[in-house]
Amino acid sequence: MDMTPQNYQQLVEKHCKPSPIGKDMLWAFVIGGAICTLGQGILDFWKAAGLDEKDAAAATSITLIGLSALLTGLHVYEKLAKYAGAGTLVPITGFSNSVASPALEFKSEGFILGTGAKMFTIAGPVIVYGISASIVYGIILVIFGLA
Amino acid sequence: MQYIYAFVTGGVICALSQLLIDKTKLTPARILTAYVVLGVILTAVGIYKPLVDWAGAGATVPLLGFGYTLAEGVKTAVSESGLLGAFVGGAKAAAGGISAAVFFGLLAALLFKPADKS
Repeated sequence: MDMTPQNYQQLVEKHCKPSPIGKDMLWAFVIGGAICTLGQGILDFWKAAGLDEKDAAAATSITLIGLSALLTGLHVYEKLAKYAGAGTLVPITGFSNSVASPALEFKSEGFILGTGAKMFTIAGPVIVYGISASIVYGIILVIFGLA
Repeated sequence: MQYIYAFVTGGVICALSQLLIDKTKLTPARILTAYVVLGVILTAVGIYKPLVDWAGAGATVPLLGFGYTLAEGVKTAVSESGLLGAFVGGAKAAAGGISAAVFFGLLAALLFKPADKS
């Protein structure tokens, strides 16, 4: 069968399934919701352990980040992410995965320029713009005397 | 009840993010960066705090909650020490999360083997 690349492209597109957005969203909802529910359980645990509201929230983030780094090291998180998509990306466990995953995968390029530098590929911009936005907010509060 | 609110709120935030990814092809780095900044803005205009009070971890665990932590930290610090607070408040409030991500990331690199590329 003779085909131009354009014909072939059309054939491929005809036979490709449309991106199942509904299914993707359902997976993201269930897994993302489950991670947040786990977070609520951890939060309640730290509060029961005697931490105040703010400290319990910080301890919960640290616990989730530790768990996620462990699951990343065991290559479980990436398998979950294949189904969950945004469900594993958007929670703070996804932030931890975005640090731990390149830290591990770029070990072969050395511990300084591999692990040490590449762990900030995604976390770097998040910190740069997050901290900067918070400083802008702080300056606005100072100027208008709102705080 | 708190667990149901957390599940539904966290689930809805993640499902909407999935829609955003499927429709716009935004990369993970852009999504996460946008969410942290959006979290700061939503907290600054007073929308996010009520959501946190209602949904608990459903609102604090998604990356928007990281922005919420930054903004609340800045607000508290500014009320205590003015302009200096604008510079120390955010990083101070987020210090636990950032330090944990760096430390546990390093530990993972030390303890585990990279994925098989084959």
